[in-house]
Amino acid sequence: MSATNAYDAIIVGGGHNGLINAAYLARAGLRTVVLERRHLVGGAAVTEEIFPGFKYSVASYVVSLLRPEIIRDLRLARHGLEILPLESTITPLPNGDYLGRWADHDQTRRDLYRHSPKDAEAYDDFATLMYRLAWAVKPLLGIVPPDPLSPGLRDLKTLLMLGRHARGLDEQQFHALFKLGTMSAADYLDEWFESDPLKATMSASGIIGTFLGPRSPGTAYVLLHHYMGEIDGVFRAWGFARGGNGMVSESIASSARSHGAEIRTGATVERVLTANGRATGVVLDDGEELTAKTVVSGVDPKRTFLGLLDPEELPEDLVEAIRRFRIRGSSGKVNLSLSEAPEFSCLPGEGPHLRGAFSISPSTDYLERAYDDAKYGGFSRRPYMDIVIPSMIDPGMAPPGRHVMSIFVQYAAFDIEGGWDDAKREAFGDAVVDTLSEYVPNLRDSILHRQVLTPLDMQEQLGLTEGNIFHGELTPQQLFFFRPSPAWADYRTPVRGFYQCGSGTHPGGGVCGASGRLAALEILRDLRRRRRGRP
Amino acid sequence: MPAPSAVRGTPFHERTGPLCQAGNWRRWAGHLSASSYEPTHEHEYQAIRSAAALIDVSPLHKYRLSGPGAATLANRIVTRDVDRQEIGQVYYTPWCDAAGKVRDDGTLHRLGASDFRLTSAEPTLKWLHENARGLDVEIEEETEQVAALALQGPRSRELLERITDGDVAGLPYFRVMSARIAGIAAEISRTGYTGDLGYEIWVGAADAIPLWDALTAAGAPFGLAPAGMLALDMARLEAGLLLVDVDFVPAHRAIIEDRKSSPYELGLGWTVSLEASNFVGRAALRAERARPPAWRFRGIVLDWESLEAAYAAVGLPPQLPGTTLRDSVPLYAGGRQVGYATSRGWSPTLKTYLGLAHLEAESAAVGTELEIEVTVEHRRRRGRATVAKTPFFDPERKRATP
Repeated sequence: MSATNAYDAIIVGGGHNGLINAAYLARAGLRTVVLERRHLVGGAAVTEEIFPGFKYSVASYVVSLLRPEIIRDLRLARHGLEILPLESTITPLPNGDYLGRWADHDQTRRDLYRHSPKDAEAYDDFATLMYRLAWAVKPLLGIVPPDPLSPGLRDLKTLLMLGRHARGLDEQQFHALFKLGTMSAADYLDEWFESDPLKATMSASGIIGTFLGPRSPGTAYVLLHHYMGEIDGVFRAWGFARGGNGMVSESIASSARSHGAEIRTGATVERVLTANGRATGVVLDDGEELTAKTVVSGVDPKRTFLGLLDPEELPEDLVEAIRRFRIRGSSGKVNLSLSEAPEFSCLPGEGPHLRGAFSISPSTDYLERAYDDAKYGGFSRRPYMDIVIPSMIDPGMAPPGRHVMSIFVQYAAFDIEGGWDDAKREAFGDAVVDTLSEYVPNLRDSILHRQVLTPLDMQEQLGLTEGNIFHGELTPQQLFFFRPSPAWADYRTPVRGFYQCGSGTHPGGGVCGASGRLAALEILRDLRRRRRGRP
Repeated sequence: MPAPSAVRGTPFHERTGPLCQAGNWRRWAGHLSASSYEPTHEHEYQAIRSAAALIDVSPLHKYRLSGPGAATLANRIVTRDVDRQEIGQVYYTPWCDAAGKVRDDGTLHRLGASDFRLTSAEPTLKWLHENARGLDVEIEEETEQVAALALQGPRSRELLERITDGDVAGLPYFRVMSARIAGIAAEISRTGYTGDLGYEIWVGAADAIPLWDALTAAGAPFGLAPAGMLALDMARLEAGLLLVDVDFVPAHRAIIEDRKSSPYELGLGWTVSLEASNFVGRAALRAERARPPAWRFRGIVLDWESLEAAYAAVGLPPQLPGTTLRDSVPLYAGGRQVGYATSRGWSPTLKTYLGLAHLEAESAAVGTELEIEVTVEHRRRRGRATVAKTPFFDPERKRATP
């Protein structure tokens, strides 16, 4: 083994969290290497030109809640990150009408008023309440989950800080917070609104990435995420990365390299090496060994604990908890190359609406039925879809006059009856195109290329266990100090020197990056303590 | 004779009028100028930075100087050395009064050996005539006769190439050429007010609508969008470009002496060619050059954590401007006011809160720590800011010739 294979820190997996982690560690002066199995970094946040001239954000397709402090600390704007606004959400309806929410407040209010004058007002009241709650809860995104059962000094400080934040809430707000944590999105929204397409579209944010329907308890909480994005509004924490989501990863990688981090692609980590309960390095699938006293896993909890380590090295209760950790894939992705702009029959012609998102969520029943199909081992015959046309926002994604369409599709069961095969993948793709064609008559004839990803494809190609886009469902029992498992929610593991930094740790979910950053800060804290001679 | 209208449309108004969905107009030199076309201006800003944008800049004052004395007149007015200006070259330049204080800034296009176009923010006809005494020069105001469009953004070149016979790719930064665009005779200059790759197109007012139509038709596949003044103001702040009446007061409009600035005090020392023929204000500027200027014009970057703290003190997240603010706010160092910021705003591209500031020379070194007044919930607080170099945003594509 050569001396060049000795590092201070090895990061397993070059997804956005792994890259962020590496950038922070390298910035602190650690000799850091990122090991990525694929030929490009980014994990699920990659841009690939699969069909010549057309660029797909293959899996993850929008930037959601990317932490402003990361953008600042890593100077991502100077490393090529540009986030373009995704300004509107249109819900086309089967009767040829639509429901639109726009960047402009008056425009939104008029659109909602067409459907329900009461909802138009309730929408503003709801926004005020949710903004207040999001502001109260948002500090959670930036802190290491405390251990509430055996709290240390810092845990107590954190709990106190959270308590103070909650104390600022009035009665109505506090009740709302509790409801959001326990209710289903559909039930919660029923308390506020009467327009079915509005409720369905809003509840969709709560089901994304979970194997739950809008009427399943625990789906209301994610409603808050949208409003957390409002607080970061000026930072454009939600939006569309110019050049596709791969540019998020590229900009982080560029920043990491500028701090001296090494990034190796085509490097598959087989196992984490340990000695006496300590991490000592990793071994690659070709037998090459790399050593480091700090090894960080950016892959999901199942792979981290059950794949990279021998379960024998872990306490049995942790192994059990990770086995039970819900990571059911529920979504697929369809990317299309189009010869012309899609023409939505509800809003014909080209216009600013094509720069926004389209949500195929005409009613709560529609979503719940889509879930029913998957619940019993299939995929939705008429799925929920979240659609963006990146080339409308960023013309560089397709040749002039042509377009790319990104379609997030839910639901598709990972363990589909009889297993996924080519025929089922194509049938799934057909269900998407068939359903969407009801709203976009020129769609079918303008398709030049179609890429379909099933949950199995996402596992096999992107390394997401069961194809779960969040490394584990974002439901209340898997959040905060439960993520991924009580007592091991602070990015550490029972193996000293081995850490977790992926989306399966707090806060996880989306292209947020907080997991990667918080883990890096904890690692650096441990290293400082070790230097001072404490364990 | 009916009274003249206070505002009128530009030659593009037939097109821009219906496009302005926001109904958000402002006045620019007696013309209607869209602040934003869409209800919010963010997409227009992004068009400038990531696609292509069309900005109606027709209200600029424009003058044509021609005849044997044209070069001499130009040299008397502007601070740069016109003798060294090549045909087809454009100068960005200020011009001064006899005391060396800046009256205005603009561009000087040398279209021929004795043929110039001068653009300005302020009416300048009288000033040109006053300085043309004894010269054989024709001065023609062409403000109304010439329509002007800025085509700005990273994809502006590809777009323009599709509809012009001119060698757009071969046109270097700050050069101008004559060409036909969709058959329309035009001057195309590689200039703009955005700090990005871009062009300004100058045509006869009668050709304005056909030009607009040709550009918008060709631009659709490149994401071309009309952009208003709110978007332009954000882009010019990132580019560190100053704006008359906001970042400086024209010397001839200043009521008090303190409002006047020399080119050195505006960061425009690089435009002053003291060796050039005798331009107005040269003697005063030569004297000023001998001693360091009292004031400097600099960029500042506001410190985010200090803003967050200022807002957290009242239980709020930081509220940032979505548009460029143009009110002056005090800057402090060592407990004393040492200057003021004239333009401030959030840069969506750089994700930083930027400003342009006048600073006493001793507090103007890049990296100097300052305090800036921020008003939070009606109360004045202090945030931190650091002196920075401009331009804040300076992409290679701005100057690059492929």
